[in-house]
Amino acid sequence: MATLARAEGETLAALLAAAPALPAWTRLRGPEAGLVMLRGRAGGDGAAFNLGEATVARCAVTMAGRIGHAWRLGRDLRAAELSAALDAALQDETLRPALEAAVIAPLAEAQRAARARTARRAAATEVRFFTLAAMR
Amino acid sequence: MYVAVKGGEAAIEAAHAWLAHERRGDPALPELTPEQIAGQLSLAVDRVMSEGSCHDRELAALAIRQARGDLIEAAFLLRAYRNTLPRFLAAEPLDTGAMRIRRRISATYKDLPGGQVLGPTFDYTHRLIDTAPRPAPAPPEREADGAAVPRVSAILAQEGLMAGEAPDPGGPVPDLTREPLPFPAPRALRLQALARGDEGFLLGLGYSTQRGYGNAHPFVGEIRVGDCAVAVTPPELGFEIEIGDVLVTECQMVNQFAGSATTPPQFTRGYGLAMGQAERKAMAMSLVDRALMARDLGEEVTAPAQDQEFVLLHSDNVEATGFVEHLKLPHHVDFQSELEKLRSIRARWEAERAAGDPARREAAE
Amino acid sequence: MRAAFADPVLDAQGAFRALLHAMSHPGRVVALDAAPDAPAPLMPAAAAALLTLADAETPVWTDAAGEALDWLRFHTGAPFVADPRDAAFLLATGAPPALDALDAGTDEAPQEGATLIAQLPALAEGRGWRLTGPGVEHEHRLAAEGLPPGFAAQWAANAARFPRGVDVILCAGPRLAALPRTTRLAEG
Repeated sequence: MATLARAEGETLAALLAAAPALPAWTRLRGPEAGLVMLRGRAGGDGAAFNLGEATVARCAVTMAGRIGHAWRLGRDLRAAELSAALDAALQDETLRPALEAAVIAPLAEAQRAARARTARRAAATEVRFFTLAAMR
Repeated sequence: MYVAVKGGEAAIEAAHAWLAHERRGDPALPELTPEQIAGQLSLAVDRVMSEGSCHDRELAALAIRQARGDLIEAAFLLRAYRNTLPRFLAAEPLDTGAMRIRRRISATYKDLPGGQVLGPTFDYTHRLIDTAPRPAPAPPEREADGAAVPRVSAILAQEGLMAGEAPDPGGPVPDLTREPLPFPAPRALRLQALARGDEGFLLGLGYSTQRGYGNAHPFVGEIRVGDCAVAVTPPELGFEIEIGDVLVTECQMVNQFAGSATTPPQFTRGYGLAMGQAERKAMAMSLVDRALMARDLGEEVTAPAQDQEFVLLHSDNVEATGFVEHLKLPHHVDFQSELEKLRSIRARWEAERAAGDPARREAAE
Repeated sequence: MRAAFADPVLDAQGAFRALLHAMSHPGRVVALDAAPDAPAPLMPAAAAALLTLADAETPVWTDAAGEALDWLRFHTGAPFVADPRDAAFLLATGAPPALDALDAGTDEAPQEGATLIAQLPALAEGRGWRLTGPGVEHEHRLAAEGLPPGFAAQWAANAARFPRGVDVILCAGPRLAALPRTTRLAEG
């Protein structure tokens, strides 16, 4: 669910188009947009406080008796519905391996690569101090 | 007194049409896309999300375009949109300790675990306007060790020299968008108000504490900018799920505290947290947060930045602009009554002068 | 699990409009155009009213259990509470809790008084109670079957603490009628 929540809507749709077709589903709730209240902690580690809200899209569908759920930041209702359908389909042992390989694995890999790149860029801006002998 | 006035509809429509035309600018040039604004004016987007109190880069970019770049107007638009959406639930508090760091600096320690990471900052630029920017090269990369980046405050806490945060009391988190602000306001509400407060107002207040209005001698213990996972626990699932990441800026401002009968002298910290990369905002917030602790710490409250009512009731720029800008709405009847009152006072004053009131004559001379 | 409103936005707006109409015309029976297919023992009007009024920020109490409770929880997103006094909205499929056991708000914030949604076997106009008060020109007659004996006395006690008090929405199948706290009720 975390991988699907972070996927760009267009990327998700494109991967799904190339994957084995999903069984039909019906909408149970949504897709709908709303808010979640983001919270922080005083001092980073103290009591919780409300930072401000964030938009969120959510959806729940039924597919062959299974319920799939999706919650994702932003207002991409289409992506929320596709994610909920995928969540339902992934609960089916016969569908899971193909969908994992066609959709989840490439998304997870792209997200991992993007994080690693950000970490490498940050590492390149890390200051390496050197001490001048004359300063002693 | 307010009296409804009708009329001016045609004038308003014409004004809207002209506004739309001015907003668009030269039609021979392509219109700005929200993607361009979100990508290239990202700090404006961050500020609008912060002060509009709603994280949504696309909406904030649209609001900036619609507001012709007036960021307070854009925050107002975002707040109004936000009011049309239901709140599904509250997220788990962001774990800024687990932030995926883009920038992390400390002014109090040179060498510290995790290092000084400059990130994409203006700090070392020359502030010379580049009249012919060249295409930006890909930023350099270096292998990252993936080591943990502990908070600087934890280092001082180990020595027992840093005041600890009060533990989370649990229970509902007070919310100033749902309940009127009480005074004295608990810290959670102060932080919420500051987080959505106007950057310029907080900056001025923070600056005032450095200049002697509040007796502060602050150090940046740490500033960190990076992505934090947002997690929620939907009731239908009953377990925590991650629903995406938000970029946030956190500032820990270290300040000395003289101690009291029960508390030894130690460092205290002001805290700042803002959506996006918003270092000035997070720093100003942390200065003002610390100043507002004066009452709790038994310090003398002498400066504007230490006065809760002054700070918290005037920091919201959407409220402030609403009340200031309403003055331009018709006050015709109000003003008529003022005018009549002044005329009668003036007539009396002139009559007294004509009658040769000696006191009045002396005062006039 | 079943879906709720077929069109969540428009159907909830329609139900809100119907509730507003019922509240501003006490005792008038209003039929809902679009009501959800709610699991038993929930009635369409009662389910529609709760879906429309409750959300994640309004504590709800109900005596419904099992599938009906799961359905209400999922589609309202509201926190459900065990003690009727803690609820902003209550949905009683059986005998409703006593009115004086509900949150009546405070003199400072009377709007925080609870709203009780009660399911009844039948509602009929033209006989039964004689209703008077704001929103009723002369007198409106409403017969509500199935309320506990002594409801009229409870209602009189509720009116006596005005502006505090609770409001009641009576539901029968797809129809509902409202008793706002300002309405006077005389047994017919």
